[in-house]
Amino acid sequence: MSLKKEYGQPKDNYHARIMAKSAGIFIVCVILTLLCLVPIYILIVDSTHAHMDLAQNPSRFWFGKSLGDNFRTLMNDLPEGAGKSAKRVAAQYHSAFNVGQGYLNSLIIAGCSTILTVFFSALTAYGLVVYEFKLNSAAYTFIIGVMMIPVQVSSAGFVRFMYNLNLINSFIPLIIPAIAAPAVIFFMVSYMKSSFPLDIVEASRIDGCGEFRTFLTIAIPMMKPAIAVQAIFAFVANWNNYYTQNMILKNEKFATVPIMVSKVLGFDKNIDNGVNFLCVTLSILPIVIVYFILSKFIIAGVALGGVKE
Amino acid sequence: MASAAQRRIKAISYAKYGYMFIAPFFLVYCFFQIWPLIYTFILSFKGNQSAYNDFVGMENYTTILFGKGTAAGAVATQQEFLKALGNTFILWFGNFIPQILLSLLLAVWFTDAKVKLPGKGFFKVVMYMPNIITAASVAALYVNLFGDSKYYFINATLMKLGMAEPIPFIAGPVASKIMVMYIQTWLWFGNTMIMLMSGIMGINPSLFEAADIDGANSTQQFFKITLPLLQPIMVYTLVTSMIGGLQMFDLPYLYHNGANFSRNLETVAVYIYYSFNKGTVEQASYGYAGAASIIIFIITAILGSITFYMNRDKDAIAKKKQRKKAEKQYKAKMKQGGLSL
Repeated sequence: MSLKKEYGQPKDNYHARIMAKSAGIFIVCVILTLLCLVPIYILIVDSTHAHMDLAQNPSRFWFGKSLGDNFRTLMNDLPEGAGKSAKRVAAQYHSAFNVGQGYLNSLIIAGCSTILTVFFSALTAYGLVVYEFKLNSAAYTFIIGVMMIPVQVSSAGFVRFMYNLNLINSFIPLIIPAIAAPAVIFFMVSYMKSSFPLDIVEASRIDGCGEFRTFLTIAIPMMKPAIAVQAIFAFVANWNNYYTQNMILKNEKFATVPIMVSKVLGFDKNIDNGVNFLCVTLSILPIVIVYFILSKFIIAGVALGGVKE
Repeated sequence: MASAAQRRIKAISYAKYGYMFIAPFFLVYCFFQIWPLIYTFILSFKGNQSAYNDFVGMENYTTILFGKGTAAGAVATQQEFLKALGNTFILWFGNFIPQILLSLLLAVWFTDAKVKLPGKGFFKVVMYMPNIITAASVAALYVNLFGDSKYYFINATLMKLGMAEPIPFIAGPVASKIMVMYIQTWLWFGNTMIMLMSGIMGINPSLFEAADIDGANSTQQFFKITLPLLQPIMVYTLVTSMIGGLQMFDLPYLYHNGANFSRNLETVAVYIYYSFNKGTVEQASYGYAGAASIIIFIITAILGSITFYMNRDKDAIAKKKQRKKAEKQYKAKMKQGGLSL
């Protein structure tokens, strides 16, 4: 309306054109949203159906009643008088996909790695930004240089080295390397350079505060936003890391969620599709729920990471 | 005016703390990254399987690149590696092109102030979601929905709609490649979109306003303003995506039926992994894996230096040159004048 008042009657109906364009864009966005959400929805729906029902009619769009039965099969907690084949199926799924153990292993690995990553990356970034020393710029150039080296490149040597050290089937090779995260350091250095006043370090020195204590009690609280964003990404990356975990953790006892999913995927007999879907649902659900709770931070974090000056 | 205390503090050297603070990173990095990289390099000159301790020189490289080696099955090894390299390239290309086009289109739409789009935040959140789901679970999800027979969701639905034969989405060489490209695009378009959006939002809005007043339409604005100014971030996206493409592992490795991975989807990363992960040291081919790793490393290094070169701060370099020139001139002048510095 105000446009009309200001410019008079436009010849080529500007307002209607904008509305038409917006409507078109909206439809495309709705289609893409459906492409993202429908597979997850079907997955959850199918995990509530029994194998026989899915075999009769696989294209189901509404929830069934067999979620409990599927879950009992997965937990190997069958009712009395279950058939031999049902028992075989349950035993197979339970040994490959031990939900509680998998969550616990994944949580230990991802949790410890995340803490180490953000703490030591903040420490290194602080060292690079606050102190002047001879090798400072050389160290920073090195960190930027190695940022893009893919893990695959050194994995053959890594695994052989871990065999030599007898660290296969141990969480150490999955947790300790998290201390060295060049990309996180790069992010934290640029964050500190833009929003960490160095005068504050000098002030705390005058007040007699030690260097390490300054870092712990002043720098860390001031870097909280950067630490939070990087912690989320580090956690997700470690939770999802199938490649390294599958190389190191050969024993069933140490299997993490991605390894369990890959095992279920590898079955070639005694397959129960309902339980299959339940396994995949259980592997996806925690991370999706956490994502929707923290989505604002995550989207902002991705946008920050993309800005290259 | 600096106080006495401030001056005294300035006189103290804090350099040792700098070394102390960055030491843990370098120790761990050398132990868990640099040494394994060097070790991979050493392994690439050693034999495979039972000959794992013998030095064989460049033979692993000549075998996987040219099929010239004394070991049995040299030609087969070369063919497998080259096929894996080809697959990597096909799968990367087939997911990068649709992904960048879709992301660019969405990023332009989402940042266009004239477009009225309700629920923009919701769309962004949902479109980024696939990126955080475990790749192994994504593979399992699609395998269970797109199974080859009529007992799986997509084929059953398509057959209900009148299709005669189920499509081999998993076993078919072409269909499975297209599916992996689609899933990769599905996983990454939200991420690329948000990166490009932050790039577009970094462009000075007065440029778009000026273009509007001069009567440029949105297509002209896109090609004359957005795209040229987005170039650094596009180069960055391209190179990170290429390096990511060389690493493509989880999806091609897990998108299969039964116990073994699909040869139609074997990428270089799968080739490396499969070579060194075959049972014990006597059964594994560490030599081939090492040689393939080093080849990938060289490709990555070249790609990385290209981005570094394209994204370097041109103004800072120009200023540095100017300063050096001025310094030289000053020195020359001083010499002429017969004054010593």
